[in-house]
Amino acid sequence: MDKLRALIVDDSSVMRKIVERSLRQSGLGIAQVFEAGNGVEALATLQKNQVDLILCDINMPVMDGLEFVKRLAGVENAKGVPVVMITTEGSEGHVVKALSAGARGYIRKPFTPEQVKEHVLPVLEPKPLEPKPLEPKL
Amino acid sequence: MKPSHLAPHSARGREHWLPILQQAIQEVFELMLACSLEVPTQPLPNQGLDTTSIVGLAGELCGILTIRCNARTAAGMASRMLGTDMEGAGPEKWDALGEICNMVAGNFKNKIAGLGDGCMLSAPTVITGADYSLHAMISDEVRTVLLFEGEPVVLSLEVHR
Repeated sequence: MDKLRALIVDDSSVMRKIVERSLRQSGLGIAQVFEAGNGVEALATLQKNQVDLILCDINMPVMDGLEFVKRLAGVENAKGVPVVMITTEGSEGHVVKALSAGARGYIRKPFTPEQVKEHVLPVLEPKPLEPKPLEPKL
Repeated sequence: MKPSHLAPHSARGREHWLPILQQAIQEVFELMLACSLEVPTQPLPNQGLDTTSIVGLAGELCGILTIRCNARTAAGMASRMLGTDMEGAGPEKWDALGEICNMVAGNFKNKIAGLGDGCMLSAPTVITGADYSLHAMISDEVRTVLLFEGEPVVLSLEVHR
């Protein structure tokens, strides 16, 4: 059963459609897709909706993708939601910046639906639980 | 076809840019439009290329990357990218053409070692109509003509020296 809710953030409506099509073709079980044209719209969408995955461009007007990812930490609905950047900015420096800002994956444009699946699937897997410090035995 | 990253090319080695530029556009068409561009076997006329998409480059490499074609070819590219018929592309075809140009520019700069971080891309712009002159204050041009469904597509990178 399809159950995944995704938010696609890109200033190009064409790219949003292509990313959505790639997601649906990937067989990941997409139930619902929300769209936003920049970081501010995306934050507003997240105030009202819960999602399981965010796919985000970097170069956007109003608020770019890196700033958006940094601000996600303060959004209750976005806690623990994986973000995958999808962008033409494919240099190592941009990848490092995106991952440092909090993104979990990075897809370079142009891309195939298979590449979207390849990069999205690992970030949807639950993170291993962090080991708790041992309590000293008295 | 996965985007490949060629052996490092210096930003100064401009004599090597033509094949890189051709590869950059081929990859975009193969991955996003599921088709290949062909190399023309004879010179093609430049008339009728009334749709131009432009992306500016700034930083270590300054200039513009343009893709020119006729309106029907532009609609054909957009419909392939969107997965609709030509009429179905509607106003989104300008967005699609701009994104194609943006991806070609990004793909190109990512293939030039050391250029990715030092060169920024502008938002794409699309011009319709052929009755205009573009004065970009450039000194070098790398240009190639390829065929999309038998129609010419002119890809040009014009840069400051």
